[in-house]
Order: sequence, then structure tokens, then C-alpha cells
Amino acid sequence: MASGIRDKVAIIGMGCSQFGERWDTGTDGLLAEAFNEALADAGIERSQIGAAWYGSCMDNANVGNSAIPASVALRLDGIPVTRVENMCATGTEALRGAAYAVASGAVDIAIAVGAEKLKDTGYGGLPTGFKGTLNDLWMPIGSAPAGFAQLAAGYRTKHQITKEDLKRGLAHVSWKSHQNGVKSPKAHLKKAVSMETILNAPMIAEPLGLYDCCGVSDGAAAAIVTTPEIARALGKKDMVTIKAIQLSISSGVESTTNKWDGSHVINTRNAAKLAYAEAGITDPRKQISLMEVHDCFSITELVTMEDLFVSEEGRAVHDVLDGVFDADGIVPCQVDGGLKCFGHPIGASGLRMAYENYNQLLGRAGERQLESPSIGLSHNLGGVPYQGIAAISILGLHS
Amino acid sequence: MDFGITSFGAYVPRMRLERAAIAKAHKWMAPGLAGAAKGSRAFCSWDEDALTMAVEAGRDALGATRDGVNAIIVASTTLPYSDLSNAAIIAGALNIPQSAASSESTGSQRAATSALVQALEAGKDGTLVIGSDKPPSKPASAQEMSNGAGAAAVLLGTSNVVAKYIGSASVTVNFADHFRASDESHDYMWEERWIRDEGLAKIIPRAVNAALEKTGLSIGDFTYFVMPSMTRKAADSVAKKLGFGGKVADGLELDCGLAGAAHPLLMLANVLETAKKGERILLVGFGQGADAVVLEATGAGARPGRGVSGSLADKYMTDDYLRMASFYDEIELEWGMRAEKPGKAALTEAYRSSFQLSAFMAGKCPHCSTIQFPQLAYCVNPDCGKPADSFEQVSLADQPAKILTYTADWLSYYPAPPLFVGFVQFDNGARLLMETVDAPTNVVEVGVPVRMVFRIKERDKIRGYNRYFWKSTPLTV
Repeated sequence: MASGIRDKVAIIGMGCSQFGERWDTGTDGLLAEAFNEALADAGIERSQIGAAWYGSCMDNANVGNSAIPASVALRLDGIPVTRVENMCATGTEALRGAAYAVASGAVDIAIAVGAEKLKDTGYGGLPTGFKGTLNDLWMPIGSAPAGFAQLAAGYRTKHQITKEDLKRGLAHVSWKSHQNGVKSPKAHLKKAVSMETILNAPMIAEPLGLYDCCGVSDGAAAAIVTTPEIARALGKKDMVTIKAIQLSISSGVESTTNKWDGSHVINTRNAAKLAYAEAGITDPRKQISLMEVHDCFSITELVTMEDLFVSEEGRAVHDVLDGVFDADGIVPCQVDGGLKCFGHPIGASGLRMAYENYNQLLGRAGERQLESPSIGLSHNLGGVPYQGIAAISILGLHS
Repeated sequence: MDFGITSFGAYVPRMRLERAAIAKAHKWMAPGLAGAAKGSRAFCSWDEDALTMAVEAGRDALGATRDGVNAIIVASTTLPYSDLSNAAIIAGALNIPQSAASSESTGSQRAATSALVQALEAGKDGTLVIGSDKPPSKPASAQEMSNGAGAAAVLLGTSNVVAKYIGSASVTVNFADHFRASDESHDYMWEERWIRDEGLAKIIPRAVNAALEKTGLSIGDFTYFVMPSMTRKAADSVAKKLGFGGKVADGLELDCGLAGAAHPLLMLANVLETAKKGERILLVGFGQGADAVVLEATGAGARPGRGVSGSLADKYMTDDYLRMASFYDEIELEWGMRAEKPGKAALTEAYRSSFQLSAFMAGKCPHCSTIQFPQLAYCVNPDCGKPADSFEQVSLADQPAKILTYTADWLSYYPAPPLFVGFVQFDNGARLLMETVDAPTNVVEVGVPVRMVFRIKERDKIRGYNRYFWKSTPLTV
């Protein structure tokens, strides 16, 4: 087996823009906010960056195709800049590209930057995408919540959970994140919301109500990576290294064969196994200090707890209600409020999650700071549960 | 050898609107409509048209076999395309061999009976005649109350004849009782009393008497008189004038309404369900003249799986007048910016993939037997992954299936919210994401059995192009 990139790449600087309805700025401004903070954090100059990976998903609502808009916005003169797009895994995909460049020795210092401008469409929610000429001829339309809401039907059927019990578990997922978001200055939604409000919100895609859905916002985040040796030479002492970055993508098994029961996400399980192997994690519930998972919808987060092998199959709804994933729980999850409160500027999200883990590991998380965390996991789910992309990145303190 | 109808089928949209709801909506300006507010009328969902209904009636008539279908004739006044063969799209969905001839009959309420007469006279085995119509009607018009929608199909041939063809006669008279110009969305009607007295009562007997003369029969030799009209009374009065003493066929007014040019075939299909050996049927079509067709039931042959009785029993009753008005584009609702989604279909891709899209063909891998849709270059089974070149073609259109997952999506732009979308699991192992249509909210659930229906998948309003595909619907609602 390949040796992987565990501890071969250090993150020396990160940045994150203010997330929200950024009527005041375009994608270039969002990118600059994240970029400035990351450069300052790393203590390097723009000219020291050897290569860049730019992640953005929806070119129709953004600055356009290719890496050119990012290269122009950030004045990345004369270096290779690559645009990556892998739906909601885009941010993590950008980080993976930059990390692989450093790990391979191709460049000394690389930057991953992701951004999305979702609030230039004129309406709430995500713009509807093109699915490909063949798929557009037969595949039903359906919003993002409709894709994920189906997990609820599959999950409650498999585990014989009543609609009401599941709805309560889902509500706790969102309630907890809103509690956390209050302490997150860069979050879009910084307001606690009562269980009652969540349970009685208007229906978006049954059983998901308004508060079961993450916000839609503008934002950008960036990470500067190098080798631990160069990081040390740059004077970095407390160092966060990448323990693993793994991806798993559907081949059509879930959506075209009867080998899937609709209750979980196969790709998350595959990516988790690969990432745990790369990072050397054998007991995730004990070893992981905090998690930022893809809570595009409450049901996604709930099911992900099982798919990451943190909860036993069929137990996530109980773990959620028992507070296992609350900020003071056994495995705090969405300590910064998650997608629920930050919203989900697609290209930025994976890097925004890494930003929270990075800051928690370095003890810089302010009001949200957990007690001496050592391993932070972030997880993205692109596409839909039955045909999608799971991306997992694990960061840790360098020993 | 007897030649005639060897099988028949029907389709009436599941959606039904209480006529009282129509009358109530217009009470402020047309209180007189209340007098006709009996029963319910069928109406097409947003994704149904004369083309999709024709497919459903054709499926009902053909059953499981396509052997020997050599020609398809589709009759309607509301086919969606003026210059693109609707019959070819229907033939594709019905999986009729490409060697079959196809044509359309249109332009009058007599379109279906005229097509039937021509096909019966031609006497060619394996001719499928389908009448299908979605008559439009202006809000608050008498037609909005009396119209319905539906389709019926008959297969003609010589083996296992259900109803023998005895003879027919037609007259052509330029009697303009109503009209609809090609680019107009509604009919323009003349006075009903004039139509009854000067049109129906005088023109139909001419065709009937000519048919009697040709066949050497007298009116007393008939058990059924099948004559569509806006009112039951009109058929009764023509029957009386003809001296007919048998059964005036049910006009299906109470739970369907007049299905335009399809109505004569729909009424005929209803009669054929119960007609006994030796009973003669006088079928009449009226519109700028009249057709009279003489048939004799054999009491033998195939009965449809659904038929008219099955179609009428399968109903989703509503009292939302505005739902029908919106489905028929009579009102423009605010659907939000999501409705601006571009809907341009790649005709190249549509043709390239028509082998699997038209008749809902899954591929069965010869190596591992996995049945899969869509068919891509390689088998989807991760333990197989072999090239798809030699896949056996298996249509999913009539395969038993159940709902595996679902949600009711209120966010997406969908003309009949909520959009029920989820995985449909076929008993043969195939699976795909599908819409579930014509279902009230309390019906869709995991494990509910569904059947497949051919529908408009998306309307490209900018270019006026509908793309069609298959959807699921609960077996019962």
C-alpha cells in the first residue's frame, strides 16, 4: 500500500473571509480576504508561493471558468494555478491538490483557496445545475434538499425509527449547531434557535424543514502548505500537519443497482476507511478531538456520524439526542456552527472546515476553544448521497 | 376471414375535478354554470398531453406483445407538434418496430372515426389506431364544464377478433359548429341549439342510413348506439330520430367528460368491455360531416388490463379549480426565479440515446445478469464492469416496482408541487431515481408499489419543445 501523505505536509497559514450575504463584495474581494489572512498567518510574501489550487463550483454564479479569475484577482503572477471543481468537495479537493504538490516535491509552498459567491442569483438556495446531456433527458429535477431528504426515508425504514423520533434527532443536530454558531464571529447565522422553532419550520423537502437546511452564503477560505522542514525553517514551532486527505466517488452502484438500502452514504464509509488508514486512526470515537462534517442538511450530519464509524449503525439518532456531538460532548461536532451557520459557499466550505480544525488545534479558537484537541476531522459530501463525492481531511498537531 | 378489432385499450387521466368547483370559481360572473355542476371531469396533469395519453391507451391495447404491429395512426386535435411526428414519438414509447408505418389524423372531432374507417377499409393486419385528445376550453365556458380528456386505442387484425367490421359510411358537410384556428388556444362555438337541430340531428342520420344501406342492416339490428356529444340528450334525440330502440352508449359525462376527437373510441372501448357475442354496435363520429361504423361483437378476444372502467375507477379527485387552470396554462402563476432554469435538450443526445430512453430500455449484462438503467459503456456491477456491447434489452415500462426512498420537494420549480422524487426499485433488480406523479401527499411511502407512465419530463417553453420520459405513479391512490 502507498505510504500516503501523513505528516508530509504542514499547514503554515490559513485565512477565512467573513461568511454571509456579502452584498458588499464579489468573488475577488472574498478571495482577497482569505488570501490576506493566510499570508499574514504564514508570515510569507505572495512571491514565495510556488503554485495555487483554486476551488469553485458554480461558474455560472461566480467569476467564471478556469483558474484565470482567481489568478487575476490575487495577482498570482507567473505561477501555475489550477482550478478544481468537485461539487461540495471542491474546497477539500483544492487542499488535496496543494498538499500533493508539496508532498511530491514539485513546489516548496503552495496555496489552496476556495470561494463561492452564491448571493448574486436573486433567490435563496443553490442555483440549478446542468447534469449532462444524457442525464438531463431522464433524471428528475430535484433540489439539493430533495437529494438528501431521501436519506431520512431510507434511514427510518432500515432502523424502524418513527418519523417523529427522527425529526427530533434532526432538530437537535441543527439546534446544537446554532448554539455553537453564536460564538463564531465569521459565521453567517449567529443566532440560537429553539427546538420548537426548528420543529415547526416550513417544509422544504420532507422531512427537512427550513432549519434542517444549511444557510446559503458567500465566502472564501485559504490554506498555505509546505513541508514540515520548510515550516521549521520559517520559524514555525506549533505545527499542524495533514494526517490524511481521501476521496471516494460513486461509480453508480447506489443509484443503479440494488446493492444499497438508501440509509447511509457508501462513499463516506469508503473515504473514512482510507483516511483512517492514512492517518493511523483505529478508534475514531476516541481519537478524534473534533469534527467538522458536511451538515448541508441535518439528516446528512446524523447519518455521517455512523458513516464515519463514530456512532454504531442505527445509534446516531440516540447519540445526537444524548449530546455526544454537542460542544461539550464526547466528539464535538460543528464547533464553529458548521455549514448550518456559516452557510455553504461551495468552493470555500472544505477549507473553512479545515480552518476551524487548524485554529482549534493551535488553541486559537477563542470562545469556542476546546480543551487540548489533537486531531480534527473535516468531511464534505458533494453531489447527492446516492451519486456523490465524499472527501475527508484529517489534521493533527505535528509531534 | 373476419377482420376487425382484435384488442382495445383506454386511458383517462387520474386527475379529476369536481364540476361544482368549476361552477363555484365562476359563480360571480357565470352563475348559470351551476346547472351543469354534476359529477367530475378528467383533466391532464401538467405533464400529460394527447401524446402521452396515446401512449397509455396504446399500452393498454397492446398488452405485453408488439408482434405484428405494422402501422400506427394517431388521431387528435391537440397533438403537441405541428411539424414533428407525434406518432413517431408514440411508436418509440410503445416499442413498436421501426418497420411500422406511422401517420396522424387531425383537424376535426371526426379525426379518430375517420382514421378508423380508413384503417378498417384498408384491412391490414396489425394496424393500431389511437384517438387521444386534450380539448382546451376557456375558463367559465360551457366546454370547461363538459370537456374531459382521454385516449383509446384499437388494434385491427384477423386473429382473435373482438369486434368484426361489417361496414361503414361517411358524409362530408362543411358544418362549422365550432372551430379553432391553428394558432388559437380555444374553440369558438356557435349556438348549441342550432348544432343539435341542424347539425347532429340532420347530418348523423345521413351517414347512419348510408351505412345501413351498405350493410343491408336495419336500425333494429343494433344493440348499441355510440355517439359522442356534449350532452347526453343529444345522443338520445338522434337515436330517437333514427328509430333506435337499443342501448344509447354511456357518454362518460359523469366522471370523464368529452375527450374531444378521442371520445368516439373511448365510448366504443367502454362498450366493447361488456358487449356480447352477436351484439351489433353503431359507432358515430361527428365533425364537418359524420362517420358511421358498423361492428359486431364476438364475445371473444382479449380484454384490456385497464380499459375504460379501470381508468374511470382510478381517480385522484380534487376541488382545486386553479390547479386545472394552471395545468392548462389558463393562468400564469408566480413560480419564482427557479422556473427560469434553461430547458434546452440536445437533440443529438436524444436521438443517440433513444434506444434506451423511448421505451425505457434497461440493459441486462450477459456476464452477471445485472439489469441497469441508464446503459453506459460498462456494466455497473463493480464485480463485473464488462463492456456493455452485448447487453440484452429489457424494457422497464411494465416491470413491477416499489418506492425505495422518497421526499416531497417544495423547493424545486415543479408545476405540480410538491415534487415527489426518489428511488424506484424494480423487482428485477434495476433501480433509478424517478418522479412519482399523480399522487396525493399521504400516498407516497417507502414500499408503495408503482407503475411506469410516459410523461412530459420537462417543457422548454422558450423553444416550444417537450422532452418526454417515464415516471412512476402509485398503483392506486
